Amino acid sequence: MEELDLLPSFERLLDDACPLEVVRAVEAGGSANRLWAAVEESGFLNLLVPEAAGGAGVTLSNAAPLIEALGAWLVPAPVAQTMAARALLAAAGHSAPPGPILLATAAARQTANLPFAEVADHALIELDGKVILLRLTPEMRRPAGLHASRTAALVFPETTALATLDLSAGALRALGAVLRAAEIAGMSAKALDITISYANERTQFGKPIGKQQAVQQQLAVMAEQTVLARMAGRLGCASGLPPAQDAAAAAKQAASAAVPLLTSIAHAVHGAIGISEEYQLQLYTRRLYEWRLADGSESYWAGLLGVSRLRSEAETSIDFVRAASPV
Amino acid sequence: MFDTLRLSAIPDADEALRPLVREFAALARKSRPAEERVRSWIGYDAELSRALGQAGLLGLTLPKEYGGGGGGPFARFVVVEELLAVGAPVAAHWIADRQSAPLLLNYGTEAQRRFFLPKIAKGELFFCIGMSEPGSGSDLASVRSRAERTESGWRLNGQKIWTTTALHADYMIALVRTCGSSSDRQAGLSQFLVHLRAPGVTVRPIIDLTGTAEFAEIFFDNVELGEDALVGQEGGGWNQVTAELAFERSGPERIYSAVVLIDEWIGHLRTHGRLQGAAAELAGQFTAQLMVLRSLSMAVTARLAAGESPVIEASLSKDLGTSFEQSIPALIADDLGSHPDEAVSSDFYRTLQFVSRIAPSYSLRGGTREILRGIIARGLGLR
Repeated sequence: MEELDLLPSFERLLDDACPLEVVRAVEAGGSANRLWAAVEESGFLNLLVPEAAGGAGVTLSNAAPLIEALGAWLVPAPVAQTMAARALLAAAGHSAPPGPILLATAAARQTANLPFAEVADHALIELDGKVILLRLTPEMRRPAGLHASRTAALVFPETTALATLDLSAGALRALGAVLRAAEIAGMSAKALDITISYANERTQFGKPIGKQQAVQQQLAVMAEQTVLARMAGRLGCASGLPPAQDAAAAAKQAASAAVPLLTSIAHAVHGAIGISEEYQLQLYTRRLYEWRLADGSESYWAGLLGVSRLRSEAETSIDFVRAASPV
Repeated sequence: MFDTLRLSAIPDADEALRPLVREFAALARKSRPAEERVRSWIGYDAELSRALGQAGLLGLTLPKEYGGGGGGPFARFVVVEELLAVGAPVAAHWIADRQSAPLLLNYGTEAQRRFFLPKIAKGELFFCIGMSEPGSGSDLASVRSRAERTESGWRLNGQKIWTTTALHADYMIALVRTCGSSSDRQAGLSQFLVHLRAPGVTVRPIIDLTGTAEFAEIFFDNVELGEDALVGQEGGGWNQVTAELAFERSGPERIYSAVVLIDEWIGHLRTHGRLQGAAAELAGQFTAQLMVLRSLSMAVTARLAAGESPVIEASLSKDLGTSFEQSIPALIADDLGSHPDEAVSSDFYRTLQFVSRIAPSYSLRGGTREILRGIIARGLGLR
């Protein structure tokens, strides 16, 4: 399998280019240019680009572990989105511009708050029913002003399309949702590791708190939700690029729904240290809160999937689920 | 953590079983009301089980030389999925096909395999599992039923309780003590084949809160067992039971127990034209969770297919699955109650209330939620 070959070198790249100090610096308003240059240099940005167009031609399904790694390393730039955007552009015969490309959907010429919109140079955006590539200018960005976050909404008074893609309505949001589901899985897995280590180290009442049944039961639930999120992300990634809407909906519904449960357990187990800035847990949970609602929360996707289910002619729920599942 | 759980496809050869089993499923769907079908893997129909056996749809994971299908765990997954999707009453053969047959295949003597496995695969011999006792539930190692050596074999005394399908089963595979006392815990436990019509065996039904005698209590009063009643190693019962539970905990039945209720509810929504808004959101929530949990169950099945005994992964899959199943009646009841002026068919209403009443058992049978979470915690390196 291709992903097994690529994952170790990708993880080494992230170890070198994206330690937590870099994450903190970019979140605090610093430049992501050095990080970006390292990722660009590695060639991984063309991972999903078809071989005929000079890319590695890896399927999104096989790339899923790498997308998870982008979440686990908290990469503070839209790397997964750029990988996907480059693949879509290449498939349509367009060359991709250098630098980070955001995926977005705009209604009434304004987007929702988009994580790391402040560090993106371009956006592939569904606007007025058309998917176009835009160069982002400072006037287009409306920063959310949130502490340690580069989230911004985008507004488009007028636009000049650098390229136009023939994609169906909603396809871009489904793609964004699937990438976030996989990243949620990666972030959650790392948050789980940190929380288990802490539970094994922190001693109260004369023993590590991880020896307390009440804590063990909570951590078991956190592990379950983490595995669920991973299966969700894999399911979404396996449904193609762009993904099928029903599979994307299931992926993001399940991954987003896992977030409140597992983040609350991570913080409960950590106690006060978990909400201090110096400690690393908050880097993951802050990101998870934003990822849960970006590109649609669990209820958004449940609504779309539900309408699809209720309108389908499948005889049973299982028939529907089998037809909608990529494997 | 749990990196071995991956998206896993069903092999084509196993998918090929689907059209045949769908014929049985369609018949069950047409001929039975939802209230009956929602009982599914606790619904008893010996005739259906024999027909499935005749059609080659039982014992799929057993080698052909023992009358089985010679397939892997995904063959059984496909058959079980289709039957549970419509709530076909599969209880008669359920335990034998899922657990007893693999146990006998792995640990039984050649004579036991030759005698029992072909009959299980034909749907002619039904089993139950003797684990719980009045004083032993989650603390299974404390069982007190005891088999003592005699000149010709063993003499069994004691009691089992909460035994699913015992009323209709031919045999029980019972976990009992063969040496030491309950303070010896896991050591000194063994498994025995007990014919439930043998002298000294009494089976008494226990009526549950739905009015059904789905489980029973069983008394052993000086039951004489032959040498050949012992399954596997004397004193090896605990390890055998643990391996068996990986089969019991990972299957799609831990997700699908209440899918018939979901589909009846969807029928109700269509009748009343409620295809948008909160109802659609809830339908989507159920569908998304079903899809992801199904892929998780398939990922665990792939570990079984690889010859592993994924005890921790199966515990995780079962706890997630049963939590989902238990959420279904509560959420549907709220949806119905939020439209108090809507007419509700009596079959659908009984189906809903049956599931509401029986749902607590989903996370009791086969290991309670708390025990499973303890197993997961151990897997996380916390114990």
